[in-house]
Amino acid sequence: MLELKNIHARYGAITALRGISIEVAEGELVALLGVNGAGKSTTLATVAGVLRPWQGSIHFLGQSILGKAPEQIAGLGISLVPEGRDIFPSLTVEENLRLGAYKLKDKTQYQHNLEEIYTLFPVLRDRLQQPGGTLSGGEQQQLAIARALMSNPRLLMLDEPSLGLAPALVDQIFELIDRLHQRGVTILLVEQNVDRTLDIVNRAYVLRTGAIEDHGTPEQLRAHVDIEGIYMGDRRRTKG
Amino acid sequence: MINLEFIINTISLGSLYAMLALGLVIIYGILRLVNFAYGELIMIGGYTMYLLTGFTPLPWLIVAVLAVAAAMFTSLFTELVAFRPVREKSLTAMLITSFAVSTLLQNAALLLISPRAKGVTLPQIFQTSVTIAGTDIPWRNILTIITCAATLILLLLLLRHTVLGIALRAAADNFTMTRILGVPANTVISAAFAISGIMAGIVSIFWIGRSATVTPTLGAPPLLVAFVATVIGGMRSLTGAVVGGFVYAILISLLGLFLPPELIEFREAFMFAIVIIILLFRPEGLIRSKTSVERVG
Repeated sequence: MLELKNIHARYGAITALRGISIEVAEGELVALLGVNGAGKSTTLATVAGVLRPWQGSIHFLGQSILGKAPEQIAGLGISLVPEGRDIFPSLTVEENLRLGAYKLKDKTQYQHNLEEIYTLFPVLRDRLQQPGGTLSGGEQQQLAIARALMSNPRLLMLDEPSLGLAPALVDQIFELIDRLHQRGVTILLVEQNVDRTLDIVNRAYVLRTGAIEDHGTPEQLRAHVDIEGIYMGDRRRTKG
Repeated sequence: MINLEFIINTISLGSLYAMLALGLVIIYGILRLVNFAYGELIMIGGYTMYLLTGFTPLPWLIVAVLAVAAAMFTSLFTELVAFRPVREKSLTAMLITSFAVSTLLQNAALLLISPRAKGVTLPQIFQTSVTIAGTDIPWRNILTIITCAATLILLLLLLRHTVLGIALRAAADNFTMTRILGVPANTVISAAFAISGIMAGIVSIFWIGRSATVTPTLGAPPLLVAFVATVIGGMRSLTGAVVGGFVYAILISLLGLFLPPELIEFREAFMFAIVIIILLFRPEGLIRSKTSVERVG
């Protein structure tokens, strides 16, 4: 479904990605793991069209999306929930959701999606008329994910959805991601919470300083990569 | 003396300045661009009225509508041919472009029409007054208030209840995120320039309604008013633009009332001194944008 080949990207003079290749198949839940600065968010930014790589190719459903504007890429069915959530604080919850459904021209489809969102995120229904900025961190994260789902995305990209949340909320978010995956949503997940992530994903890529260091199923990764090492940013140590 | 006439005149001036400021802020909010060609849109509105009242038999209301349309289309056109090509480059490039557009439009007016002031024939209603509670109130001021109030209500409805309006507000919060949701950048920016042009067009009717003449440099004073009003009110907030417009009008009217006659011609200097004092205490302007409010949780 999504295929990145040999992506090189830089922010100004800083090289952020050096030859990243990633594949996500339809219905898969794939994670990008690694410490801060490994290039995880940058990878998502290149897919979303926010950052243009200077080398490499990105294909989505067989079509090259390199150099397309963010709104065009969104139009193809890719939704990004960025790190820090980026909900619109001065817009009400309802307006945030309505904008998430910008591409839907069908009113009944919009209503249908809204009902789905209410079952997934009951708290949002109670907050509909509140400005997004008045929600708590966990609620904002739910709103950000809900907003992304409003467009019926074919691929959902989540950038550190558990960041800055209380442990109980982290559990909720991981359960939610798992549930979305069970429902057939294809998800590319960026996380630092390695253990929790490996519990729910099909496959994961381990990034270090802009390159892929390892990838495989959770079992494979657990068997030969020091999980703690990914987490703490230590040099990779191969287990005995 | 503060009487009914003073109050109505101040509200009239305030609503005009609020419109001016809104037209500038709606673009600034999204692109972070202070459009220095904004004043020229008012000039375009003025020349449209001059040409149509002088050389066609069109009724005045049609002329007014066409003046607004001319300002709007000029605004859209400048976005399309001048701002869009440099938009991705840098903010500085856009800023310089706006100076260029401003100069270009001024010189076009110099060249094609005349450097001298041209008279605009105004309808009778702009020169007559109505007596309310013993004081004469110019109809022009009442019309200004009604038109501006109606426009502000329409704008508010657009911003609150249409998807395009919500997208405009969202883009002012976070333009990239708005695009990631699938809202085309060009749609939002064109809409902002169209609204800005409409504001300039409506302002041009009443601005010229005061002097009944139009010159190529007509745009400079309203641009300054708009800029100062937005700085007072807060550059990032539409509410701030309206507040800034009214604060500006109230201050300038009070100065006109209370300054001794020999100082009245330095009214603007006093005005800007007050603005500096306001900014010393509220550097972000009177109304802070919600985006800058710290989020907890």
